Amino acid sequence: MLYREAGEFKTSYQADLATFPIRFDLWGFWSVIAVAALVVPFFVNDYWEQAIFLPFFIYALAALGLNILTGYCGQLSLGTGGFMAVGAYASYKLMTSFPGLDMISIVLISGAITAAVGVFFGLPSLRIKGFYLAVATLAAQFFLIWMFNKWGWFYNYSATGMIAAPERTMFGFAITGPYSKPAVTYLFCFAFLFVFAWVARNLVRGRIGRSWMAIRDMDIAAEIIGVNPLMSKLSAFAVSSFYIGMAGALYFALWKGAAEGTEAFPIELSFRVLFMIIIGGLGSILGSLIGAAFIVLLPVVFKVLFVEYWGWPTDIATHVQVILLGALIIGFLIAEPHGIAALWRTAKEKLRLWPFPH
Amino acid sequence: MSSQTVAEAAGTDREYAHQEIDHGLNPRRIGDVVMEVKNITQRFGGVTAIKDVSFDILEGEVRAIIGPNGAGKSSMLNVINGFYHPQEGEVWFHGKKLGNLKPHQIARQGIARTFQNIALFHGMSTLDNIMTGRLTKMHRNIFWQALWSGPAEREEIAHREKVEQVIDFLEIQAIRKTPVGRLPYGLQKRVELGRALAAEPTLLLLDEPMAGMNVEEKQDMCRFILDMNDEFGTTIALIEHDMGVVMDIADRVVVLDYGKKIGDGTPDEVRGNQDVIDAYLGVSHD
Repeated sequence: MLYREAGEFKTSYQADLATFPIRFDLWGFWSVIAVAALVVPFFVNDYWEQAIFLPFFIYALAALGLNILTGYCGQLSLGTGGFMAVGAYASYKLMTSFPGLDMISIVLISGAITAAVGVFFGLPSLRIKGFYLAVATLAAQFFLIWMFNKWGWFYNYSATGMIAAPERTMFGFAITGPYSKPAVTYLFCFAFLFVFAWVARNLVRGRIGRSWMAIRDMDIAAEIIGVNPLMSKLSAFAVSSFYIGMAGALYFALWKGAAEGTEAFPIELSFRVLFMIIIGGLGSILGSLIGAAFIVLLPVVFKVLFVEYWGWPTDIATHVQVILLGALIIGFLIAEPHGIAALWRTAKEKLRLWPFPH
Repeated sequence: MSSQTVAEAAGTDREYAHQEIDHGLNPRRIGDVVMEVKNITQRFGGVTAIKDVSFDILEGEVRAIIGPNGAGKSSMLNVINGFYHPQEGEVWFHGKKLGNLKPHQIARQGIARTFQNIALFHGMSTLDNIMTGRLTKMHRNIFWQALWSGPAEREEIAHREKVEQVIDFLEIQAIRKTPVGRLPYGLQKRVELGRALAAEPTLLLLDEPMAGMNVEEKQDMCRFILDMNDEFGTTIALIEHDMGVVMDIADRVVVLDYGKKIGDGTPDEVRGNQDVIDAYLGVSHD
C-alpha cells in the first residue's frame, strides 16, 4: 500500500479538520497506540521503564508544555526546571498531607498549582519580549529552587532536605514507592501523555491556539483583530505550566521516587526541554514528541551499540556519544531549522506525489 | 421582477441605477454618520503628527484619506484603532465615544483594518489567517476547546463556513492550505483583506491596499473593495497614493498635509481645491 493522498476526498468541514486526514496516517497512529497500550505493558521490565519509557513520556509531556508557550505563543521561557520543581513539591505536599487522595487527582492538582505559579511568573511577558523575557523566567528558575531549599515546610523538615514519594496504590496496584510495578507506572504515564497530547492538539487547532499563534507571529496585528494580549499570553503561561507541573509531579513521584531541589531540577533541565522542542520542531505537537524521543533515546541507543555490541570502553563510548549527539543536532538543524517535525512534513509532501512528481 | 427587464433598462447608467434600487438589487445607500473624528491633535514629543483634524464617515460610503508622505494619514488610522491616544480630540463611533479603549476592544466594536506593510501571521496557513478574523466572534471556553468534539467543533465549523464564503469572494480557494509566507505579495494583500473581511466589520480601514501592485492587481483589488462595499454594505475608509484609483472609487476624500486637513469633499471638489493642488504640486515661494 502506497502512502498517498490521492483518492482521499473531503465532503465535510468536519472531515477536513481531522487530525489525521489521510487514512494511512490514522491507521498507523492507532496501531502504534494499540501496541503501546496493549502489548508493551506485558513485556516492560525495570530497565525499559526507568531508562526509556518513563523518561520519554515525562519529557514529552514537559516538552508539550514548553512548546505551547514557546512554540505556539512565542514566549521564550527558561523556567521549565523551576516549574517542574513546583509540580514535584506540590505533589509531595499533597501526597503527604492528604493520604486519601488518589494519584490522578494529585497529578492534576499539582499541575493546577504550577499553572497559578506560571501565570505569576508570566506577568513580565506583558511588558518584555524575547531574550529579556527568557532572563525574567530564569529568575523563576533560581528563585523557586532557592525557595524549596530554604523553607523546610516544602520538604516536611526532613533531615536530608530530600523529598521522597510515599507509597500510593491505584486499583490495588502499587504505583509509587519501591514496590511499584513497571507496567503500572508505564501505563499511568502513557495515559497522561496520550490524553494531554490530545488535549494540546485540540487547544492549538481552535480559537485559543489561533490567538496564541497570532500573538507569536505579529502581536500588533493580533491586537487589531481583537486578540486580548493579556489573556492570550497568560493563558499560554497557565496551560504550559500546567503541563510542565504534571510532568514534574510524574518525574518525582513515579520515575525518580525521591528528589532534592538543586540536584533534580537544575537549569540544565530547563535547557534540555528547550533543546527538545527546538530539535523536534517549534509549534508542533509531533515535534515535542520527536524531540523528547531524540534527546532521551539516542544516548541509550548509542550506549547499547558502542558498549554492548562493539565492546568499546565505557569512557570512550560516553565521549563519542556526546560528540555524535552534538553533531546530529547541528546536522538536523542545518537540514531543517524548523526541526525534525518539519523534515517529516516535507517528506510527507514529497511522498504525496511520489513516484510522479510532475 | 425578472433579470431581463433590468437588463433592458440598462440603457443609461442613471436609469439602470434606479431600476436596481426599485428592485432591491442594489442595496448601496449612503446612510448616517458612523464615525466622527473631532478635533484630533496627536503629538509625539515635539512633533505634531496631527493638528486639529475633524472629519466624518457616513454609513456605506467609501471614504479616502490622501496626502503626501508624512501627512499623518497612518497616524490617523492608528488613532481610530486605539494604538495612539491623542492629546486632544475625540473619536465617536456609532454615537459612542471610543475614549481610551485598547485596540482589541475597538476591534470588538466592529472596526477592522489592514496594514501598509503586510501584517499577516506568517507561521499559519491562509485559512488559519482568515479564521483569526473570526476570533472575536468565537466564545467556547478552554475546557470545551480541550474536549474539541461537540460544541467547540460545531462552533469551528460554523465559522469555517463564513470563512469559506470570504475565500470564495476573494477567489483564493486554491491557496487555502498554503502557508502565507510562500504566497506572492499581491495574494498576501488579498489574504490580509480577507482576514479583515472575515470579522464582518461595520467599518473597514485599509492602509494603502494597493501599494506596490501592478495594474492588474490594482484592478482586482478595486473590484474587491467596491464589491465589498456593494454586497455587504461595509463602510470603507482607505489611504491610497494612486490618485486615479482614489478619484474613481471614493465617494468623498479627506486631504491631509503636514498633519492638517486641507481639503474635504467629493473627488471633483478636492481636485479643484487650490490648497490640495499646492500640496501635491508644490508652490513657488517668491
